[in-house]
Amino acid sequence: MLTLLLILLPIVAGVITLTVGANSAKQVALIGALAELGLALFVWSQFDPAAGVQFAFKYNWLASAGISFGAGLDGISLVLVLLTAFLTPLIILSTFGHTYKNGSAFYSLILFMSAALVGVFSATDAFLFYLFFEAALIPVYFLAAVWGGENRLKVTFKFFIYTMFGSLFMLVALIYLYYQTPGTHTSDITAFYQLQLSAKSQGFVFWAFFVAFAIKMPLFPFHTWQPDTYTESPTPATMLLSGIMLKMGVYGLIRLLLPIVPLGLETWGLLAVILSVIGIIYGSIIAIQQRDMKRLIAYSSFAHVGLMAAGVFAFSITGLQGAIIQMLAHGINVVGLFFVIDIILDRTKTRNLDQLGGITQMAPQLSVYFMILLLGSVALPLTNGFVGEFLLLSSVFAFNSWLGAIAGVTIILGSVYMLRLFQMSMFGPKSKWAEGFKDLTLSERAVLLPLVIMVLWIGIYPGTFLSISEPAVKNLLQLVGK
Amino acid sequence: MYPIVLLSVLGIVTLFLGFSKSKNILLPSTLLFLAVALAGNFLEWNQGPLLYFYDMFRVDNLTLAFNGIVLASAFMIVAISGGFQDNAEAEPAEYYSLMLFSLVGAIMMIGFEHLIMLFIGVEILSVAMYVLTGSNKRNLRSNEAALKYFLMGAFATGIMLFGITLLYGATGSFDLTTIQAFVSTTQQAVPSYLLYAGLLLLMIGMLFKVSAAPFHFWTPDVYEGAPTIFTTYMSTIVKTAGFAALYRLLSHSFTGIYGFWWIVIAVIAILTLMVGNIGAVTQNSFKRMMAYSGISHAGYLLIALTALSKPTQNAIVFYSMAYSLSTIAAFGVLMLVSKEKTLEGQPDERYDAFNGLAKQNPFLAFVMTVAMLSLAGIPLTAGFWGKFFVFSSAADRGIIWVPAVAVLMSTVGIYYYFRVIIASYLKEGDIAEIRVAPFYKIVLILATVLTILFGLAPGLLEGLI
Repeated sequence: MLTLLLILLPIVAGVITLTVGANSAKQVALIGALAELGLALFVWSQFDPAAGVQFAFKYNWLASAGISFGAGLDGISLVLVLLTAFLTPLIILSTFGHTYKNGSAFYSLILFMSAALVGVFSATDAFLFYLFFEAALIPVYFLAAVWGGENRLKVTFKFFIYTMFGSLFMLVALIYLYYQTPGTHTSDITAFYQLQLSAKSQGFVFWAFFVAFAIKMPLFPFHTWQPDTYTESPTPATMLLSGIMLKMGVYGLIRLLLPIVPLGLETWGLLAVILSVIGIIYGSIIAIQQRDMKRLIAYSSFAHVGLMAAGVFAFSITGLQGAIIQMLAHGINVVGLFFVIDIILDRTKTRNLDQLGGITQMAPQLSVYFMILLLGSVALPLTNGFVGEFLLLSSVFAFNSWLGAIAGVTIILGSVYMLRLFQMSMFGPKSKWAEGFKDLTLSERAVLLPLVIMVLWIGIYPGTFLSISEPAVKNLLQLVGK
Repeated sequence: MYPIVLLSVLGIVTLFLGFSKSKNILLPSTLLFLAVALAGNFLEWNQGPLLYFYDMFRVDNLTLAFNGIVLASAFMIVAISGGFQDNAEAEPAEYYSLMLFSLVGAIMMIGFEHLIMLFIGVEILSVAMYVLTGSNKRNLRSNEAALKYFLMGAFATGIMLFGITLLYGATGSFDLTTIQAFVSTTQQAVPSYLLYAGLLLLMIGMLFKVSAAPFHFWTPDVYEGAPTIFTTYMSTIVKTAGFAALYRLLSHSFTGIYGFWWIVIAVIAILTLMVGNIGAVTQNSFKRMMAYSGISHAGYLLIALTALSKPTQNAIVFYSMAYSLSTIAAFGVLMLVSKEKTLEGQPDERYDAFNGLAKQNPFLAFVMTVAMLSLAGIPLTAGFWGKFFVFSSAADRGIIWVPAVAVLMSTVGIYYYFRVIIASYLKEGDIAEIRVAPFYKIVLILATVLTILFGLAPGLLEGLI
């Protein structure tokens, strides 16, 4: 029942936001998102990691066809629900410096999006998962297409069609799996785990899932929509896309692909890891070349998600745990970094690294926050990025030492592009664009402070979060006999 | 059976009403007649299979369900026709009576038990449609469309009749049950090639009516040329009746030789999907896009027919309903928008006509958006579940490659359906506030609400049939 509340609360808050005027929409949306966070924290306090799926809710939707509205939380789901609940209020708060026309629509879309994301992470029925997976796309599409930059129409259209294309493959795979279930058929995900499919059909299902999730994350070579979309979207939409929505893909791999088609993974896993590793290196190299700050972070995000996918495909407890903690860490870092860039853009009116410089002198506070977030992203020990990257790299290394070594280059390349970003924007002679740069306001600090606290918390004591998902991950591995 | 009698009589009454001076009476009376027919239709609900007219017409719950879709669609379309008040040259009495008569044809196609009944039904429906297509008699495009439709349609009917003749030659009967008995016994022992040929020709004739490729060439021109209100009529009622007839024919009589015809339908389904979706991409006219979209939806329905498995019946009923609702809503909005704007003396039916619609007319933009989302098959709309049931019926048979192609094609579909949404919400334009008559508004609201309702609860009507 609590899970259902978690899904419904943002929808209700969104509808209320839509009905109040544009003036108070911000505040109402923030209160709604904070209520959701409170509820999520309450759920966490009631949660027992060892007990499997909890707070389950099931309502027969298409009774005769065995399709139900089933939702519940296990450790893996809970981590991501917490991430969503934590980031949504910060994303809303981060917009307090701006005024968006049609504010009530803008904020309600953010809340609808967060409801759909919670739905994806907590669905226990495959078709419900699919519904939320698609439903998450629509609010973010409108956020990007209505409030985005100059080329928004073209770019978001490509994004929409691309991701829709992928998920339709997943739908075919789900329908196929559904018809393989015994008796009157059911679309319960756990029933899919019990299927004994032949290696050949597992191969097909593997690729259908792979395309769907690889486009969403995105993995090489399905990433071409991503940099443009991230750059053209308004910053809150970019944060939603990179901070949370990208995790839907990784989560899909863990929840559906691994346990349903383990044989398919055995056959094709190497190729999948190779593609992921290519993405890591390719993304990093392009990121080094970027002048546009937002684009740089977009490519870095592409590289990071490649590492997460590689760890998932390596299919070991270290890899999965690494991916889960890295999802958390990446969500926090990337939202923080996009916000810092938004602040800089807001004050200097440029995102171009060549035009920036010398902001440190004007804004020491911003520099400190920026630096900590950035170090988290380059995976310095004692920051959140380190834990995830370490676990992920060691799992890829165990999978195949050559690929592990190549993927390891990401640590070097990552520090190159990130430190270059910092150096060119913050240090050096003061550029004319940075003239009169004001340091952080109160609401900006209110966004950055929680993020930075989380960067350090996860870096220093990752056990808090690793312990939530560990039993669920072990359970998953046991299921396929690993 | 009641609607056949009622509509025939009331159609004649409508013609006489045309003599009265007051033209205002026609619209309410036609709506009343349709409501009476709709009520009469459901009087026989759950009365079990009944046979009428010397065993030539069958009434069972499936017939009644299809009748319900057709009659309800007709009701909605008549309601948004607005009595043709703004057109001095229009002859509303004739149009309405033709519509009522054509419904008799549609119902005969839905419930036929005898091939002659099928033929008569197709003819009654088609002849009325030829006339209505050309009803805008001073308009060149309307005339061209009518002539084209008539020539092609007559040809197709001929082929269909030829097919029926060959089937009679092979089986010695027009009766579906007798043919079914022949197919499952004699045909299995000594295959008759006459029967194969007959079935093929009959199917071709029917596929023409539902505008499946490669028999679709008339569709874009006719849909575009016909007055929009009759395009709506054609794309919902003719299509629903056509698929009901195809389903009855194949499921009742020809399951014994499934192995022969399924591949034909499968290939045609894929071809139809490709022609429909790829053709729609290149259009600049919204109305012409809807014509191609109609072709593509015939393709999805054909997939369900190809499988002919347990979920097929439900899939076809649900899909026809979802498709009809969205099509009526979409054309309804188009009529309002294109009436306001003209391009070289013609109503402006391009995508650009919708630019900036949401600003002054948020209601119309919303109706249009829901209709487009449903046609594109986006979740939480009826159209999604329609596609879901269709794909399910193929998967139930173990046919995976046909839905796989269909999935690729529905991605293409998203492209052209979203162009309208983008135009109305995201592009700049100058559309003044459009006045929507109350009746019109009710129809649009009804179509939208039902589309969302069936999207949320697809099981609502399940298990009734």
